[in-house]
Amino acid sequence: MSVDIYKINPEFRDIMPKDIIDLEDNATWHATATKNRGISDLPDKKEILEEHSLCAGCPEAAALRYILTALPIPEDTIIVNSTGCTSLMFPHIALHTVHSLFGNQNAVASGIKRTLDWRFPDKTKDVIVLAGDGATIDIGLDYTLQSWFRQEKITTICFDNEVYANTGGQESGSTPKGQVFKMAPKGKVFDKVPMWELAVTSGCQYSVKLTASAPKKVAKVLREAVLVARELGPTYIHLYTPCILEIGLAANEGLWEMKEQDKERFESFRYVSPEAEEYLKECKAKGIL
Amino acid sequence: MANLGPADYSPYPVATYDGLYTPDEGKAMLLTEMVDEEVAMREVARVMLTSENATIFPGPQVLYAWSEEAKKKATLIKEMSEVLGAKMIPMYDYRPKYPKIDAEVEINPNHPNLTIWHNNIKACIFIGVHCHYANVALKIIRSETDCYTIGMCALSGHEDAMATIRDQHSEDLAKFIEIAKEVKQELGK
Ligand SMILES: Cc1ncc(C[n+]2csc(CCOP(=O)(O)OP(=O)(O)O)c2C)c(N)n1
Ligand code: SF4
Ligand SMILES: [Mg+2]
Repeated sequence: MSVDIYKINPEFRDIMPKDIIDLEDNATWHATATKNRGISDLPDKKEILEEHSLCAGCPEAAALRYILTALPIPEDTIIVNSTGCTSLMFPHIALHTVHSLFGNQNAVASGIKRTLDWRFPDKTKDVIVLAGDGATIDIGLDYTLQSWFRQEKITTICFDNEVYANTGGQESGSTPKGQVFKMAPKGKVFDKVPMWELAVTSGCQYSVKLTASAPKKVAKVLREAVLVARELGPTYIHLYTPCILEIGLAANEGLWEMKEQDKERFESFRYVSPEAEEYLKECKAKGIL
Repeated sequence: MANLGPADYSPYPVATYDGLYTPDEGKAMLLTEMVDEEVAMREVARVMLTSENATIFPGPQVLYAWSEEAKKKATLIKEMSEVLGAKMIPMYDYRPKYPKIDAEVEINPNHPNLTIWHNNIKACIFIGVHCHYANVALKIIRSETDCYTIGMCALSGHEDAMATIRDQHSEDLAKFIEIAKEVKQELGK
């Protein structure tokens, strides 16, 4: 993508609102910024995620912000999204996104990545899937796994809120055993699907489970996952972003819930293949990590 | 606030209720009638020059300098606004706005009627707005306001605009400006 699409024609500068002019003048694009985007850009950079229509305090919105600050080349990144609460944020960000049919996200992303590699052989283009647990682990499981079996060079991020939130609270494969929801009144009968482990056995070069409680940690994992996917093959991030609405927490309680789960269901899990480990060392030495 | 138009909240282009479709190549639509492009240009200029608070709504395809053609169009649209004495309110992106839009400084495809009502606009030109968003906005304006909408489209036109001129590239805009100057003189403006 050319960042020219954010350059305002001079004839119209006088009718454009200040925040759009600011976007042109101060945006943190890889091609124009003097330093890489980072967490410190969160408070005042329009292109990251200014507004959203999720519930107030929803950790999904915070987590997407952390992810957007960590993209190595935002203007050459495409995020493939699926239906769900996450998809409500995508109309608000200055980035190429594709809203795929619910569940199809990894198939769509694989196609996009292959086509981009063919169309722009000399350019780096990162393709990232970002979808809920229902989309990743239940309805799209086939495509998620197939993209891993086939070593597609994409990063898959699952925003695991352990529920079908957008449709009002049905249990998903990722819901923990015993959990009761409004539309799962008897309680979940089966265990939570260990998707981060399936990622490893299905061929991911990198698989990390964490919560979104620590912004810098999320940003670091995202960067690593994108760099590894670019060079070696599929990578997976399993991120806990609790649905505060469905588990009955207030807008300011999401962070504490994530901190608590850092020690329980979302205790850190990290798998990095030996090749990826080697590659990440190289990236560090080159200063791109 | 105007009353709802006859097609109300139909999922189809409102204009299809009047048997309207987009014009044939080389032609333009004026309300229900397919006419030559030049005839439409004259009428569009007359409407813009004689309506209260005539406004041009430039969209992202002309607001941003992403191609040589976009840069040329920007200069021409600025000139067009001067010739027509029209105000410009941009549609610079399509995000739904929360908690509300500022109708003085922008128009948004999800609730374009707010900008029309608030600024009491009786005629407007859509230019450089991507097809889908132009269609949504024009449909809402048609059913909810009494504003005369004009689609200056680089592709095949918009059935929901009251006047639609298609295949408008920079040379065509230059031609329109010349016609508008003539009409302005004829009107003694
Ligand atoms: C093909 C298809 N099937 C079902 C749906 C209905 N649907 C919309 S959102 C959703 C649940 C999303 O759950 P998840 O992926 O966990 O995302 P969340 O809303 O929890 O963030 C479902 C089943 C749909 N939109 N499309
Ligand atoms: S329903 Fe849950 S996941 Fe969806 S926006 Fe609200 S808190 Fe977030
Ligand atoms: Mg979910």
